[in-house]
Amino acid sequence: MLKNGPVALLFHTLVVGFVLAPLVVICLVAFTPENTLSMPWRGLSLRWFRAIFDHPDFVISFQNSLLLGLLSATLSVAIAVPAGLAIDRYSFPGRDAINALFLSPLIIPHLVLGVAFLRLFALLGATGDFSWLVASHVIVVTPYVLRLVLAALNGLDRSVEAAALTLGASPFTVFTRITAPLILPGISGGWLLAFINSFDELTMSIFVTSPQTVTLPVRMYMYATESIDPMMAAVSALMIAMTAAAMVVLDRIFGLDKILVGQR
Amino acid sequence: MTTNRVTPWLLVAPGAVLFLGLVLVPLVLTGVLSLHGYNHTTGIQPDFTLAHYRAVLSDDYYLGIFWRTFRIAALTTLICALIGAPEAYILSRMRDPWRSVFLLVIIGPLLVSVVVRAFGWSMLLGSSGLVNQAMQALGLPSTRLLYTETAIVIALVHVMLPFMAIPVWTSLQKLDPAVEAAALTLGASPFTALRRVVMPQVTMGMLSGSLIVFGLSASAFAIPGLLGGRRLKMAATLVYDEYMHELNWPLGATIALLVLIANLVIMLAYNRAVEARARRTLG
Amino acid sequence: MGFLALQSLTKRYGDFSAVQDLDLSVGKGEFVSLLGPSGCGKTTTLQMIAGLVEPTSGKIMLDGRDLTHEKPNKRGLGIVFQSYALFPHLSVAENVAFGLEMRKVNRAARDARVKDVLALVRLTGMEDRYPRALSGGQRQRVAVARALVIAPPVLLLDEPLSNLDAKLREEMQFELSRIQRSTGTTTIMVTHDQAEALSISDRVVVMEAGRMTQVDAPYRLYENPATAFISSFVGKMNRLDGVWRQGGADIRGVQLPCAPSEMSENTPTTFAIRPEKIALCATGSGQIDGTITNAFFLGDAWLLHVETAAGMVAVSMPNRGEEPARAGMAVGLSWPPFALRAEGPAERPS
Repeated sequence: MLKNGPVALLFHTLVVGFVLAPLVVICLVAFTPENTLSMPWRGLSLRWFRAIFDHPDFVISFQNSLLLGLLSATLSVAIAVPAGLAIDRYSFPGRDAINALFLSPLIIPHLVLGVAFLRLFALLGATGDFSWLVASHVIVVTPYVLRLVLAALNGLDRSVEAAALTLGASPFTVFTRITAPLILPGISGGWLLAFINSFDELTMSIFVTSPQTVTLPVRMYMYATESIDPMMAAVSALMIAMTAAAMVVLDRIFGLDKILVGQR
Repeated sequence: MTTNRVTPWLLVAPGAVLFLGLVLVPLVLTGVLSLHGYNHTTGIQPDFTLAHYRAVLSDDYYLGIFWRTFRIAALTTLICALIGAPEAYILSRMRDPWRSVFLLVIIGPLLVSVVVRAFGWSMLLGSSGLVNQAMQALGLPSTRLLYTETAIVIALVHVMLPFMAIPVWTSLQKLDPAVEAAALTLGASPFTALRRVVMPQVTMGMLSGSLIVFGLSASAFAIPGLLGGRRLKMAATLVYDEYMHELNWPLGATIALLVLIANLVIMLAYNRAVEARARRTLG
Repeated sequence: MGFLALQSLTKRYGDFSAVQDLDLSVGKGEFVSLLGPSGCGKTTTLQMIAGLVEPTSGKIMLDGRDLTHEKPNKRGLGIVFQSYALFPHLSVAENVAFGLEMRKVNRAARDARVKDVLALVRLTGMEDRYPRALSGGQRQRVAVARALVIAPPVLLLDEPLSNLDAKLREEMQFELSRIQRSTGTTTIMVTHDQAEALSISDRVVVMEAGRMTQVDAPYRLYENPATAFISSFVGKMNRLDGVWRQGGADIRGVQLPCAPSEMSENTPTTFAIRPEKIALCATGSGQIDGTITNAFFLGDAWLLHVETAAGMVAVSMPNRGEEPARAGMAVGLSWPPFALRAEGPAERPS
């Protein structure tokens, strides 16, 4: 009905250029054959991708992040689904307070969470313990899952469940056969979003990881502050590729715009 | 609603216990920590004192960093509003498939690690980076961009843009497109229609976007860490240094808690403003 | 030439013709409805008149002025959108005053005009309410007031009643008609509801697949539908396939008198008769006999399904306070000689 004018389209082009520029540069520099950060003007090379495997600390950090992401996303789903059901379906004293508690990590800066976890873990003697690291990530990513679960429950037509009950299904069967399949896209979208958030988390993790449990973003941050060589670009390019793949999957199962727009 | 008394508690209990133990308890412990004295040779003291708060709030060094943090966050918020809101409006007027494609382009980078994006900007803005090369090609003098506040603001805008675009986009989605057409048919120029009819309705989206952008920018860590260098500190990098290099945990905790308090105060003030506004427009 | 004239107006989207060669002339003060199913091009036509859609070719003339390439904000037409498109952040009075404000009308004159128009649509006292605090019918009135306040030469209504419930819709129909008559504004209404179009328009324009197929006064449109589509779309119709024979109908071997037509002898033909034109009578005394298979009570009328040798015939009778017939009864059916019409060649030979 109403169209964008040429000025608007020029503005749009500049914004898109601005958004994509750093990502494109990383992906180009990753293929440079030179020893310094430079554009691959003189041919492409995979040497810096190979170089990653000469740095076992990067490989270990990647494994740490992967395991951390898988565990914390799964645990946060295990917490958020029942909590979401309780908050959406029941009226009980303290419901709003509980909901606020679950969503509070969204308004507490990760910096503060990191400092707070560090203090707790130090007092417990748990600094550098992987399972406590997982717990801290669960806290950070659960709000994202909970919000998608609540949105999915909210969008559910309750009469469908009532219909199943009148047809003789037990409440448990109603959940497994009707409710769960219907909110599954919300749950799986939430899981993936939680995984990505955990995998990318830096600010809190940098306070609570030990040399053994260093995650990939923390390793990359440390590396980038100390030395600058194209290997960093190669690692970054791989992460961009991984994120792009995750985006495609997210888009397929839930509609990426819905997940991200539904986010704060 | 179901009035079963036990079931909801059983459902929320595991999560609630975890969150109480890992959100409230650590925050309280950090608050206690910030009240402990600190000695460079013997470490954390058992006594209680407000010395850290006094030191942070009176020392020009810390106040300077807070002021820089505020300035950078405010500037980032302003630029994000100036870019993000019009961009969301342009997106909302596109047709599919372009609309979905560019929406993903604008908000997709949200999923790319901040470290990666900061690193990308450090390459673009470095002394031999593409921006400088382009400027030299145009005959402009080479400028130092990296390790300046400008670099931090550019990269922060890049990271925060989706947080502004998303709420504005959401409020534009709620807007009936016929409303703008109605203003046009009543004789309004496109600009007047935008100003009088579209703008008032995306203001709430812009306000909530601004709040998120400001809050996240003020506590940003990776961007100032990688693009500000050692000397150009912001609140988060300052806390990190107090913890990891000075090992003065109580002082670091004090600064972190001040960041949290500032964040909460701004959020409360914002909620007040929103409520007041809602009361006015909803009659 | 009329007050508002559309001349071979066409809108194409790629290969698809949304509107094809539309010629229409509307007189000053006339109320014209564009009637058709969704996707027939009626809304596109309205949007072209409003200036929200650019025609591919053709012209729009208003009182001798060429509007075709005029921007919507320069046309000065009043438009009521299907969604009403009220400004949610402005009060009723501010909504209505918006068009006057754009015309730089001074405050005193503006307030007076707004007051008059709100009185016209019977919303006096609602000035300070916000759209979300209004009922559907009230929002509709605000939309009408907002469009009328600028004293537009033409008022365009896009499905103005489709968002209202049945009872309110009927009320607002007459209300719209009253408002239109009292202001004398030339009005074009788009609707898919034939009852709405018939009841309040001076003329009805029927559109099918982007083309105009009949323009007529409501009564004539109902009695003489130009196409099979119109006959089934406007009102209820019994349609029976048969053969045109000896100046009358031959339906499954039953000879029935029929209005004169230009069909040639032995052509397979579709015959049509409105249910309300048929009366019950004693068996043997009407044109045909049959058995009632179903009797539906509709409150103000009865609808009977009668199985006859010519096929199933629906009969509608006004409710006169007694039960006219029951399922299973044998009855005769009679109708005025020319109520049965040859509608055209049968779609499939019988």
